[in-house]
Amino acid sequence: MNIFKDYNLPDNRGHFEKFGGKFVPETLIPSLEELEHHYAEAKSDPKFSDELNGLLKHYSGRKTALYFADRISNELGFNVWLKREDLNHTGAHKINNALGQILLANRMGKKRIIAETGAGQHGVATATVAARFGLECIVYMGEEDIRRQKLNVFRMNLLGAEVRPVSSGSKTLKDATNEAIRDWVTNVESTYYLIGSTVGPHPYPMLVRDFQSVIGKEAKQQFAQQSPKDLPDRLVACVGGGSNALGLFYPFLKDDVKIIGVEASGKGLDSGEHAATLTKGDFGVLHGAASTLLQNEDGQVMLPHSISAGLDYPGIGPEHSYLSESRRVNYRSATDQEALDAFQWLSEKEGILPALESAHALAYLRQNDHGIEPNEDVVVCLSGRGDKDVHTVAEALGVDL
Amino acid sequence: MNRIQKLFADPKEKLIPFFTAGYPKLESTVDLVCAAAEAGADMVEIGIPFSDPQADGPVIQASSQQALDNGITLNKIFDQVIEIRNLTDVPLALMGYYNPILKMGHESFLDRCVSSGVDGLILPDLPLDEAEPFCEMAKSKGVSPILLVAPNTSNERIKKISELAGDLIYAVSILGITGNDLASKDALAEYLIRVHEHSTTPFVVGFGITTRNDVVWFNTHSDGAVVGSAIIKNMDGETHPLKATKSLIQALKGAL
Repeated sequence: MNIFKDYNLPDNRGHFEKFGGKFVPETLIPSLEELEHHYAEAKSDPKFSDELNGLLKHYSGRKTALYFADRISNELGFNVWLKREDLNHTGAHKINNALGQILLANRMGKKRIIAETGAGQHGVATATVAARFGLECIVYMGEEDIRRQKLNVFRMNLLGAEVRPVSSGSKTLKDATNEAIRDWVTNVESTYYLIGSTVGPHPYPMLVRDFQSVIGKEAKQQFAQQSPKDLPDRLVACVGGGSNALGLFYPFLKDDVKIIGVEASGKGLDSGEHAATLTKGDFGVLHGAASTLLQNEDGQVMLPHSISAGLDYPGIGPEHSYLSESRRVNYRSATDQEALDAFQWLSEKEGILPALESAHALAYLRQNDHGIEPNEDVVVCLSGRGDKDVHTVAEALGVDL
Repeated sequence: MNRIQKLFADPKEKLIPFFTAGYPKLESTVDLVCAAAEAGADMVEIGIPFSDPQADGPVIQASSQQALDNGITLNKIFDQVIEIRNLTDVPLALMGYYNPILKMGHESFLDRCVSSGVDGLILPDLPLDEAEPFCEMAKSKGVSPILLVAPNTSNERIKKISELAGDLIYAVSILGITGNDLASKDALAEYLIRVHEHSTTPFVVGFGITTRNDVVWFNTHSDGAVVGSAIIKNMDGETHPLKATKSLIQALKGAL
C-alpha cells in the first residue's frame, strides 16, 4: 500500500498520469470544454452547492446510514460497517451523480438529456432527475440488458423517458455507450450527455467522482462519530466503471486506510467470461479515455461477462487504473457464484437484499485470503438494493417465479 | 515528398473513396482499391475495422463488424497494402480508431505504414489535445497525420490542428457521424470558407457526400471530397461489388 501525501489529479488536461484524457471525435471537444468551464464555475458558486445539497437531503434522503452489521461481524470476527447507498431515492448511489449533473445541464441551458445504462440503475436515476427538472430524456440500453432488466425499463417509461434499444455488438453497456456517444456527436448543441460512471473523456471521470464523493465524506464523519476510532482500517467497494468505489475511496486517499476494489470475475478469471479489467486487461483507449481494457492481441475490445449487469463492462474508470498502478488501491475479484452466495448471506443475516453489484464487495469479506485482521473495522459500500436483481437471482437458483 | 503532398500540390478536382478493409470479403480490398484507382480515384482511404466505431453510422458500423467476422486484422491490412502498392501508386490513407494502433505501439505501427507504403493516417478519436506525440513521430517518418476539424471547431483551433497535421486536414461536413444527411449548402459554405481561411494546409471534406453534384460542389469549396458510406452501401447485396464500385466511382468522377 502506498498512501498519498498529496493528491491533485487529474491534471488540467484531464490526465491521471498516463490514464484519462479526451480521446473523442473533434465535434465533442467544444462541448467538453464548455462542460469543464461550467463545472469550474459551479464549483465556486455557493448557490450551486446549496441547491445540490438541498436536493441530496430532501429529494434523495441523504445522509444515508452507516450501519454496523452486527450479525455478519460476529460471524466474520471483524467489524463490518455498511454504507447504505441502497437507501437513496431510486435505490442506489447513481442518484448522487445524476442530481449533480442535471444541475450542470440546467446551467448550460441544455433541454435534452441522454444517458447510457447497463443494469438500468443509472437510466432510472437519469429519468428521475430529468422528470424532476422537466427535461426530455432518452436512455440507450443494450437489447440483452433490456431483456435482463425489464422492470427497470418499465420504470424509466413511467418516469417519462424513452428507452432506445441498442442491437449492435454485444447488445450490452459498452454498445449502449457507443450509441449514446453517436447521439451526442449528432445533437451536440442541444444535448447534455449524463454519463453514469467515472468513465468517458475528461471532465466526466473527475466530476462523477466529485459528485459521488459525498459517500466517502459522510462515511468518514459517521465512522468517527459512531466508533471509538477516528478512521476505519479498510474500505471495500465493487468496481465496474467505478463510481461508487471512487465515491467512497476518494476522501480517504491520503489517510492510513487500506482500500480494496472488487471486480467481477464472472465464471472465473481463467474462464474467458469475466469483467475483471484490472486483473486481466491491459492499457487501451475506449469511450474517450485511456485506461485499462479487456482486449484481444489486435486491440479489439472483448465481450465481458458478469451476472451483474452493472459490472458487465470491458473497461474501467481511468482513475482506478491510476490507483491500481500507483498501488494505492488493491484490486481483487469475486465470481458470479461468490456474489450470489453473498447476496443470500446478507439477506438472511441482516435482512438487507444487496444489489448483485454490491454483493461482489460483500463476497470479498468471505474469501480465505482477504488478509483482514481480527477486530479490524471495515467499511463496505452497499451501493444499491437488490430488488432489481430478484429475477436474475431466482433464475440462477433455478426458482420459477 | 510523399504521395499525399504531391497530390495536393496539384489543384485539380479530387475524389477520395473509402473502403472498409476486409469488406465485403476478407480478400476484397486489394481489388477494390485498384479498381477505384483505375476508375479515377485520386486517393483512397482504407478503414481499419474496430469493435466500437463511435464516429460511424450504421452502414460503416455494419461493414466493420462484417470485416471483423471475416477475420481482418491490422497485420492482414498491412499485407494487403503491400499487395496494393505492387499494383498502383494511388495515395493511400488508413483511417482507424486509436486503440488497435496503441495496442500495436506507435513506432511499430508507423514502421509498418512506411514499409508497406501508407502515406497518411486519419484517427477520428485522437484529437489535437492528445495527438502531438503520435503526429510528431508520424511526420518524422514521412507519414502524414490527417487531423480532423468539425463545424464547431474554433478558428484558432483550426489553425493549431493544421499546423500539427502539416500536410492535410479533414473537415467533417456535419455535426454527426458518417452517413448522416448534409446540412444546408449556405451553412456548409460558410464553414468551409472559415476552414480555408484558418487552415495552413489543404483540406478535404467528408461525411454525407453521395452524388456527383456533391463531389463537384465540395471541390469548389475545398481541396477534395471523401465518399464512404455511399460506396459501402452500394456494395450491399451486390453480386459483383467490384463492378458496382467501379461504375459508382466513374459516376462520382463525372466520367460516365
